[in-house]
Amino acid sequence: MTTSVDTTKAAKKSPDKVQPYKELGLKLEEYEQIKKILDRRPTSAELAMYSVMWSEHCSYKSSKMYLRQFGEKVTPEMTKNLMVGMGENAGVVDIGEGWAVTFKVESHNHPSYIEPFQGAATGVGGIVRDILTMGARPIAVMDQLRFGAVSNPDTARVVHGVVSGISFYGNCLGLPNIGGETVFDKVYQGNPLVNALSVGALRHEDLKLAKATNPGDLVILFGARTGADGIGGVSVLASETFDADGPSRRPAVQVGDPFAEKVLIECCLELYAAQVVAGIQDLGGAGLSCATSELASNGQAGMRVQLKNVLLRDESLTPEEILMSESQERMMAIVPKESLKAFTAIVDKHEVEYSVLGEVIKEPRLYINWGDEEIVNVPPRSVAHDGPVYERPVLYPTWLDQLNRDSVISNNLRRATEASEIAEQIVQLVSSPNQASKSWITDQYDHYVGGNTALAMPDDSGMVRVSEETGLGVAISTDANGRYCQLDPYQGAKLALAEAYRNVAASGTVPAAVTNCLNFGSPENPEVMWQFKQATAGLADGCLELGIPVTGGNVSFYNQTGDVAIHPTPVVGVLGVIDDVARRVPSGWQDEGNNIYLLGTTRDELDGSVWAEVFHDHLGGKPPVVDLKAEKALAELLHGASLQGLVASAHDLSEGGLAQAVVESSLRFGMGARFWLNEITERDNVDLTAALFSESTARVIVSVGREDDVKFVGLCEARGIPVLRIGVTDQSGQLEIQDVATWNLSDLKNAHGSTIPELFG
Amino acid sequence: MKIGVVTFPGTLDDRDAARAVRLAGAEAVSLWHADTNLHSVDAVVLPGGFSFGDYLRCGAIAAQAPVMESIIDAANGGLPVLGICNGFQVLVESHLLPGGLIRNEHQHFICRDQKLIVENVDTAWTNGFKLGQEITIPLKNGEGGYIADAETLNRLEGEGLIAFRYSEVNPNGSVNNIAGLKNKKGNVVGLMPHPEHAVEPGFGPDTSAAMRSGVDGLTFFTSVINQLVNA
Repeated sequence: MTTSVDTTKAAKKSPDKVQPYKELGLKLEEYEQIKKILDRRPTSAELAMYSVMWSEHCSYKSSKMYLRQFGEKVTPEMTKNLMVGMGENAGVVDIGEGWAVTFKVESHNHPSYIEPFQGAATGVGGIVRDILTMGARPIAVMDQLRFGAVSNPDTARVVHGVVSGISFYGNCLGLPNIGGETVFDKVYQGNPLVNALSVGALRHEDLKLAKATNPGDLVILFGARTGADGIGGVSVLASETFDADGPSRRPAVQVGDPFAEKVLIECCLELYAAQVVAGIQDLGGAGLSCATSELASNGQAGMRVQLKNVLLRDESLTPEEILMSESQERMMAIVPKESLKAFTAIVDKHEVEYSVLGEVIKEPRLYINWGDEEIVNVPPRSVAHDGPVYERPVLYPTWLDQLNRDSVISNNLRRATEASEIAEQIVQLVSSPNQASKSWITDQYDHYVGGNTALAMPDDSGMVRVSEETGLGVAISTDANGRYCQLDPYQGAKLALAEAYRNVAASGTVPAAVTNCLNFGSPENPEVMWQFKQATAGLADGCLELGIPVTGGNVSFYNQTGDVAIHPTPVVGVLGVIDDVARRVPSGWQDEGNNIYLLGTTRDELDGSVWAEVFHDHLGGKPPVVDLKAEKALAELLHGASLQGLVASAHDLSEGGLAQAVVESSLRFGMGARFWLNEITERDNVDLTAALFSESTARVIVSVGREDDVKFVGLCEARGIPVLRIGVTDQSGQLEIQDVATWNLSDLKNAHGSTIPELFG
Repeated sequence: MKIGVVTFPGTLDDRDAARAVRLAGAEAVSLWHADTNLHSVDAVVLPGGFSFGDYLRCGAIAAQAPVMESIIDAANGGLPVLGICNGFQVLVESHLLPGGLIRNEHQHFICRDQKLIVENVDTAWTNGFKLGQEITIPLKNGEGGYIADAETLNRLEGEGLIAFRYSEVNPNGSVNNIAGLKNKKGNVVGLMPHPEHAVEPGFGPDTSAAMRSGVDGLTFFTSVINQLVNA
């Protein structure tokens, strides 16, 4: 090796050396700021570190000022169960009985377009390590996927790659996949969204933090060796808009080995149990640059690191590449010297490789040497936490008023008048790609492993048991509707929150915490920035109104191809807690002779709906009204009813309205039902199209055993929840909607189930 | 009564198998792949997962693990051994059962509630079933397609060594719908579906009576306990 290393000494001697800050994704003023912090030009290693850590993906420089409100718009009541809030790897919520859970959703959008399989696989791997880092055993995963139009030939490439990538990695880790979303829309054609969520459980005393506090403690890198994969991934990939004619970016995508991660999980859990680590951090985006600077900065300490001690897969890597590499399945532990022997015994048992890189020092300074040469000498806080913060210009979109005026009503979009046409529309709607059964996808995921899955697809939320002794468990549902958000990002974010909240409530849990993954276009576009500002405000206001805190999340900007941004897509995940998962409520009826009630009021709200999309290819107007007071009252009612064992099933009404819900609830267990809609149309003064397809919020259908009827209706009336008996379950094997049509469930099942396999199978 | 549950690197369903053993009424003993000591267990479960990352061939590396030397010896001596999914693959790679398992015909990983017909109740792990009984056991695998040459198949069929066949749907292209096998003595049974995922009401497959209430898998574990008690 003859390449010379750029040292701090050399940096002082050659202040005017031209450096590739621009190619590394830094702006001139950011480069100048680094020089000011260091009082000299950065070495190439320092430049590498700053470039990845100050990237949009790692520093949240454009979003920070808006994310603050998640921590500000709170009441003491909301945060009383929050053991760790935003800013750590994942938020931690006390769920009682000495248990806590940690959950988070994160994006892996850009890598998943370039290399769908590895992009999606490492997305799962990354979020699971975040959960592991908190001291928790990961107990489930979910994924939120958005692809281009089904008619575009490139969509199948991305769908196959992403689904196999998640299946490959998640199944091999032994984590049940308990739910998620799949949406097709041409706005995601060149920019699919691949978000992954993981949840983990821990005893309170096992909580770990990413902190290096005690001078003398050892800094140990363990897990997979460091290679050339994912170099500059965060800066070059996640923070720049794709240029259609640009060079292939494939080398910047990481490659995952789920086997190595599974071994690493068991190894870490054993290390935690043995209490030999004082701090722990996973290596994901920005690799060693991130782990070293964050551990030191969080602990208000410093670190001395010998970079030559890093075990490499490829001996030709330069120090800069080692600092930036995003090789997967690596962790960094802070280990007290006296615990080293115990530490090595455990990692040796798991045949996990490790190397001691250095030690924690009192001085808040990060020194990294390459052999005898000093190549990094920086204040860790300046790298990890004091990056630039931008107040980007915001601009109300010039096209928005026009879009809002272009409504279903103003266009006088045609509604079916004949029963036969409505009947046909119901089948068309439930077999349209976005509303069709996703079991072709979810059947490729293991939802049994662990033996604690209480609910999974196709139920409204996924639920896992945390305590085998008492049945204490959690449910999670995630939602986002990019179409609503395009029409009104403030309301759209609230709508996503309301839907996820309703879903976990419908399953019988008490909503307790919120995570989010905010997928947007370029923050350098003031109209996108306005959308972001509105969506974050909507979400924060909504959480305050519902009284549940945001515990963490992730921002993904630059989701656009050329000048065209995706619809703003804030994915919102709500976690609910249930004292005994035996009480869980599925989203379909199981017993015959149950009455089916519609809770809530139906308004004529078809703008942005599935009906408008499927039958009129239309997007315009204003999204449905959000009434969070009504949502809260509904959630409380559902919880009360579930505690008393009054509801046998509950399905929320959202995309596709009542039509979608009654079909799904009938198909869930193959139990027939008969409906009448005349009371809805009369009471709520809506036509049949609105009764069936409107997407009004704060509505749920529930099935109730005859013996519980009086009690249930009494409960609704006492709480002021509009309640209407609209159907009854039976063993007919059919779904009948009076005055519309009667279908065999087997035919509906076929229509609902065959779309996705026909497209992608 | 002690039943060992082996953990290889990459094993996933070991905790589930241990739970199944406990629910059936026995004590679960954890066995580590690198340790030849079987800790005087009365039976052994090789659980599912991706041992050694499924590198080389599913189960091939695990078959060479130190613990397998002891298990192969003990199995030949009559110790009851149940191989589930990856454990079945390990049994095949260890030549305790014949044939091989290849990538599913449709090339995808598949997770579904699978109906099986019990073809042989003369084994340590199936004696609690009725011959011809239809049971529902979760199936989840990417490489579950059973293959064997014609001569082996003839022998398996002729000697009644097929323990389970897939019913209604053949989920992975297995020849003769073979889902599981037994050895001649009946102490070794291997199958692709996961009985340990159908042992506890609330967490098993759906049944017509109630959601997730299927516990057909529990009989595997009560069978072996009954046999050991009555031995």
